[in-house]
Amino acid sequence: MQAVMEKRALELLADGTVNRVLGWTAGEFIYDVTPAVFETAEEVQNGFLYNDFCGANLSKYLVKESRKEGKILVFLKPCDTYSFNQLLAEHRIIRENVYVIGIECYGKVDVEKLREMGLSGITGIRKADGDFVVETIYGEKTVKQADAMAERCLACKSKRHVVYDELIGEDGEVVEDCNRFDMVEKLEQMTPEERFAFWRGELSRCIRCNACRNVCPACTCEQCVFDNPNSGVAQKAAASSFEENMFHIIRAFHVVGRCTDCGECSRVCPQNIPLHLLNRKFIKDINSFYGTYQAGEDPNAKPPLGTFTTGDREA
Amino acid sequence: MQVTEYKPKIVAFCCNWCSYAGADGAGSARLGYPEDVKIIRVPCSCRVNPMFILRAFQRGADGVIIAGCHPGDCHYTSGNYFTRRRMALLFSMLEYLGVEKERVRVEWISAAEGAKFSKTMTEFTATVAALGENKRLEDLRCKQ
Repeated sequence: MQAVMEKRALELLADGTVNRVLGWTAGEFIYDVTPAVFETAEEVQNGFLYNDFCGANLSKYLVKESRKEGKILVFLKPCDTYSFNQLLAEHRIIRENVYVIGIECYGKVDVEKLREMGLSGITGIRKADGDFVVETIYGEKTVKQADAMAERCLACKSKRHVVYDELIGEDGEVVEDCNRFDMVEKLEQMTPEERFAFWRGELSRCIRCNACRNVCPACTCEQCVFDNPNSGVAQKAAASSFEENMFHIIRAFHVVGRCTDCGECSRVCPQNIPLHLLNRKFIKDINSFYGTYQAGEDPNAKPPLGTFTTGDREA
Repeated sequence: MQVTEYKPKIVAFCCNWCSYAGADGAGSARLGYPEDVKIIRVPCSCRVNPMFILRAFQRGADGVIIAGCHPGDCHYTSGNYFTRRRMALLFSMLEYLGVEKERVRVEWISAAEGAKFSKTMTEFTATVAALGENKRLEDLRCKQ
């Protein structure tokens, strides 16, 4: 896969279709993958990386990148195309300046899960017969796909690319029975006391690093409400339980109807707070109150909070 | 030791065109409503940002009520329809986080409904008083 993508990137750079490539590169280690922009063929040859750890959604980088001179090539996984489409609908990305290659995806690996299995010194990973083969400095180990995959990928909502200029690999289908609301339903069935205790336990770990906000493809305001010193939620570790609640309620509310459920907020959280459960609650409510809606699926669809019907349920 | 009776603090966001006038109507008709209700006038119920509600709780409110024109009667044609959608989602989220949903409410009160204003506020104050102090969305720094 990486070789095919790299070859295509070099071709497009050489024939002048694009002047930059947005992809992934290895950090300190092969599983420590970070998004990167490559400007020359040498940079692509030396740095470009695509493996099962490349979970980062690249669409948000295009808000800035598509405003620069020339066209940029970007590789998007199916779930990333939803974010891309949503950003197009919000006029945040200049479509003419982006060349999208959709890449097939069968789910990304969560390195924390491999670590929990006791794997260390990871030097590579490959897919074999539905399992992952993890290469380490101590030898190879085969792990089951379900045991290694990121939580968000286990509840993958769609393997279909909603927007692309060309595809590498196969285009999949929307996953109808993805069970992504299971945990939300479980929480809803708890008593208010239990729910309160659950969320206090999760949200009290928040260190207000703002990683969830910074990575979120729906959070693209140039000036964020939380940057306002008078917001009541100061830019520092939350001083009280109220601030933790307030920050997360408002952050989730600001992306209602625009969140595509890409799961980046939970992926980047250094405290492993299941932030996607807040967004999924809103998505579930929208689906049940106002009809099924998937942000990013159709750029011309009316957003649920930007429209109404006279027969809506009472608050 | 003197035991003071617990008095809830209620913040009522009233739309300028209907519910604020409704409160006025309640006064003209000499219909009382609890003095625990503090009215904040807003141009339209859809002016109420979810952050206003949370900030009210932060500053010590025990209950927040949003009152606006009846659906279809909005001075700005459709503002209250947006309020209804937003608040349905926000209230559901508060419940999901374990905050008592009885502490928040949306009511439609027209300028002519002074009696409804009085009745709604009395009833809402009693509901919140029964729940007691807002402990789950409090900010201790804002308490005296």
